[in-house]
Amino acid sequence: METAPARRPGELSFEARRRLFLVGAVGLAALLLSGLSGLPDYRDVTPLYGQVINGVAVEERSTTAVVTAVNFDYRGFDTLGEEFILFAAALVLVLLLRRLGEERRGRLDRLPRHRHTTSAAVRLTCVALVGPTVLLAIYITMHGHLTPGGGFQGGVIAATALLLVYLGSDYATMRRLRPMALVETAKAAGAGSFVLIGVAGLIVAGSFLENFLPLGTPGELVSAGTIPLLSLAVGIEVAGAFVLLLSEFLDQLLVIRRKRGGGA
Amino acid sequence: MSAVQAAALLLVALGAWATVMAREPVRQAVVVSLYGLALGILFFAFQAPDVALSNIVIGAVAMPTMILLAIAKTRD
Repeated sequence: METAPARRPGELSFEARRRLFLVGAVGLAALLLSGLSGLPDYRDVTPLYGQVINGVAVEERSTTAVVTAVNFDYRGFDTLGEEFILFAAALVLVLLLRRLGEERRGRLDRLPRHRHTTSAAVRLTCVALVGPTVLLAIYITMHGHLTPGGGFQGGVIAATALLLVYLGSDYATMRRLRPMALVETAKAAGAGSFVLIGVAGLIVAGSFLENFLPLGTPGELVSAGTIPLLSLAVGIEVAGAFVLLLSEFLDQLLVIRRKRGGGA
Repeated sequence: MSAVQAAALLLVALGAWATVMAREPVRQAVVVSLYGLALGILFFAFQAPDVALSNIVIGAVAMPTMILLAIAKTRD
């Protein structure tokens, strides 16, 4: 267990690595402690940025959800970065979970039928929840500028609906409900539209992601300019990414088999 | 600090402890889901409903699902 693996030339020894780690860990602990000890008590202070945003967001952007105004407008550029983190992560996962040379695809019609092992009560509950879940996803996404929530949360909830389909029926049914080409197109289109709306702001109003549409009345469904559009774009992208993640994992689990002789 | 906030903090501490104590991976995936839900309640009690929603969808649903699927694959 403790036998050290053969060291290549230029590689650090285990001892040296541990010393390096300890120096880093002590430094990190010191930084964290000094940082945490300087934090203000959460009851006494509303940070300046929070005060300013709370004061101006409703007036400036016609949105009643200030967090969403920060996410999709004031700091929309940060959200663009976050969106592409998820985009890249989903792509890498597809790459990692692909079918390898020594693997083959099992036949779909030979899949174990989960309907025999899942109880009727679970199946019924799952099927009954699919519709309301989709509705909730749309609601959360489209009301991001009015109430807590937005595209990210709505997108994941939408993907959960597909998970419910799998739990309530079987993998073959789930596959029919998620044409992969459509999922991948939606994911890319969602990510792309965020950038396009940003570029439109650059062209129409002079700066990237500028809110260039009419703002309307605060509290109405169609208001807050580009914020609901950006929320929808993120919602589609996130839903696509999570459906992709779910499908790739399930594919690995149920369809992809080792070639004969390699077990299974 | 209100009673609700104190209860939420206690719930999170309990959830974290339970997650570490559950040594069997499948059981741990279920416990970590409850822990995600507890964190969601905590964020909500501290007036951050947006973060609470995000944490519930990721911590209580998406992450345990991925863990379960990964465990199922390794036991294949």
